[in-house]
Amino acid sequence: MINLIFRRILYAIPIAFGVSVVCFSLVYLAPGDPLQTILPSDASAETIALVKAAYGFDQPLPIQFLRWLGRVVTGDFGQSVATRRPVILEVTGALSNTITLVMFAVPLAFSIGYSIGVAAGCFPGQWIDRALTGTAVMGVSLPNYWFGIVLVIAFAVEMMVLPATGMGLNGSAGFSIFRWEDARFLVLPVITLSMVPIGIISRTTRAAVAEVFNQEFVITLRAKGLSEMAIVRHVLKNSLPQVLAVMGLQFGYLMGGSILVETVFTWPGSGFLLSKAIINRDVPVLQGTILMLSMVFVATNLLVDLLQAQIDPRIRRA
Amino acid sequence: MADTLTLNPRALPAEEDAPPALKVRGYWASVGFRLRHDPVTVFFGCVVLAIVLAAVFAPLLAPFDPYKESVIGRLKPFGWKNHLLGTDELGRDLLSRILYGGRVSLMMGVVPVLIAMVVGGTLGIVGGFGGRKLNTAIMRTMDVFYAFPSVLLAVAISGAMGGGTINGMIALSMVFTPAMCRVAETATAQVKNLDFVEAARATGAGTFTIMRHHILGNVLGPVFIYASSLVSVGILLASGLSFLGLGVKPPVADWGLMLSTLRQSIYVNPLICALPGAAIFITSISFNLVSDGIRSAMDVRM
Repeated sequence: MINLIFRRILYAIPIAFGVSVVCFSLVYLAPGDPLQTILPSDASAETIALVKAAYGFDQPLPIQFLRWLGRVVTGDFGQSVATRRPVILEVTGALSNTITLVMFAVPLAFSIGYSIGVAAGCFPGQWIDRALTGTAVMGVSLPNYWFGIVLVIAFAVEMMVLPATGMGLNGSAGFSIFRWEDARFLVLPVITLSMVPIGIISRTTRAAVAEVFNQEFVITLRAKGLSEMAIVRHVLKNSLPQVLAVMGLQFGYLMGGSILVETVFTWPGSGFLLSKAIINRDVPVLQGTILMLSMVFVATNLLVDLLQAQIDPRIRRA
Repeated sequence: MADTLTLNPRALPAEEDAPPALKVRGYWASVGFRLRHDPVTVFFGCVVLAIVLAAVFAPLLAPFDPYKESVIGRLKPFGWKNHLLGTDELGRDLLSRILYGGRVSLMMGVVPVLIAMVVGGTLGIVGGFGGRKLNTAIMRTMDVFYAFPSVLLAVAISGAMGGGTINGMIALSMVFTPAMCRVAETATAQVKNLDFVEAARATGAGTFTIMRHHILGNVLGPVFIYASSLVSVGILLASGLSFLGLGVKPPVADWGLMLSTLRQSIYVNPLICALPGAAIFITSISFNLVSDGIRSAMDVRM
C-alpha cells in the first residue's frame, strides 16, 4: 500500500506541473501585452523597457515560468489589479465560502444520487427504474444557472420565504452556519448546486449496480440460498469502487464548477471571484483562482485513487 | 426456444405468420429497427429535429424582428399584442429572439464537439496505434487538461482570451478534446492487436492504410456515441459562457445571454425571465435522451 501511495503521488506531480504550465500560459492567451493594463497608453519605449525589466517580462519564457512557479510555491500569487490586495488573500477567502457551499451540497447530492441509483439499479427495466432514470436525465441536462433563477423566482419572489442572493447582513466575515438568519442564505444555492451531481451520480450508480447484478457470482449467491437483502449487500459492495470514482470527480466539479451557481446567487466564493476577475480583466486573480481550484481537483483525484485502492484489492494488485 | 430459432433461421418452417422479429438483419438494419421501436428516442429525435429546423428557418418563422425595440412594450406578458411569448426588457419580441437565439446556442454547442471529435479522435488513434513514446506524450498531455474541472477550463480559456463566440468555441473544443482522445485511444488499443489487423499487416498494408481501413471503422462507433452525449454538455456549457458574458455580445440573441439580461427583471415579470433557460433545458434533455437511445440501439459499451 505504501508503495502504491508513493507511485500515485509520483504520478500526480507531473500532472500538477502541467496544470501550472497551463495556468501560467493563461496570461499569454490574453490579447495584447500582459503589461497593457498597468502601463498608460502613451508610455515611452524607455518606461516600457523599465517596467518590463521590473516585472521580469524581459526574461525568456522558461525563466519567467520558473520564477513565477517559485513565487507561487511560497504562496505569492501577485497582486490583484482591481483591488491591489494580494491574490492569495482574495482566493483563500473566496475558497472558504465555496467550501461552505460544497460542504452542504456534497452530502445532499451524494446521498440522494446514490439512493436513486441503487433503487433504479436493483429493478432494471421496471417502472421504478424508468421513473428514477428519467429524473436522473433531467438532473444531468439541467442548466443549473437557470434552475437557480427558477428557485429564486419561486421561493424569493413569489413566496418570499427565502432570500434571493448574497450571504446575509453580516457578509462573508460574520457568516455563521449555526444562525438561521445566515444559514437560510445557503438553502437555494446548495439545492441548485446539488442537482447536476444528483443526476450524474444516480446514473453511474444505476449502471454499476445493474452491471454487477449481471455477474455470475450473483447466481452463485442465489443458488446458495442467500436472502435478497444479502445479495443486494454483496452487489453494492462490488459496485462501490466505480461509484466512488464518480463521486470524487463530482466533488472536484462542485468546487470548480460552482462559478455559474455562485454568479446567480452572488455568493462571494471562488467562482464569483473568477467571474469578477474576468469582467475586470484581472489576470493575476484569474490565474491564482484557477490554479488553486485545479490543484484542489488534482488532490481530490489522488485521494479518490488511493481510497479506491484501499477498498478494492483488485486495483491494489494491478 | 425463441433464441435458438433466431440463431438458426433456416430451420424455421416457412409459415406465413412467422413473426418479423426472426428475420436476420445486418448491423445497421438492426440498429435502425431498435431505434424505430424505441418511442422515447423517436419522440425526442423529433424534438431535436424541430429545434434545429426552428433555428435554421428562424428568419421565416419569427413573427417579429428580434432586434426591434419598443420603449412602451417592455416585459409584457404572454400574448400581449400578438407577442405570443411576451417581450423582453427592451421590448423585443421574445418568441423571435428565442428562435434566433437557438442559432448561436446550437452552433456554439455543436461545433466544438465536432472539432473535438476530429482532433481528439485523430490524436487518440495516432496515440493508440503509434509507439509507446508517442502514446505517452499524447496521453499525458491530455491528462493535464483532464485535471481541470470542465466548466473551470472553459471559463479560464475563454476568459483569458477575452470572450466572444469564436474564443468560446475554441475553449469548448479544448475542453472536449482530451475526453474524445481517451475514448478513441481505448478503442484503438482494443482493436489493434486483433487478428484481422495482423492479417492486414501480413498482406503488406502500410500503417496508414491499416489505420484508415481497419482501425477507423472500429473506433468511429464509440467516438460518435461519445460525441452525441457531449452535444448536450456543449449546449449547457456554451450557454453558461454566454450567461457569464463570455459568449456573444449584445444585442445578438443567445439563450444564455438572454437569461442573464432578463435575470434583472425577475421582480417585474418572472415567467418571461425563465423562458430562455427553459429553451436550454428542453434542448439539452432532448439531445441527452436521443444520445442514450442511439447508444443502447448501437449496443456500444463504454
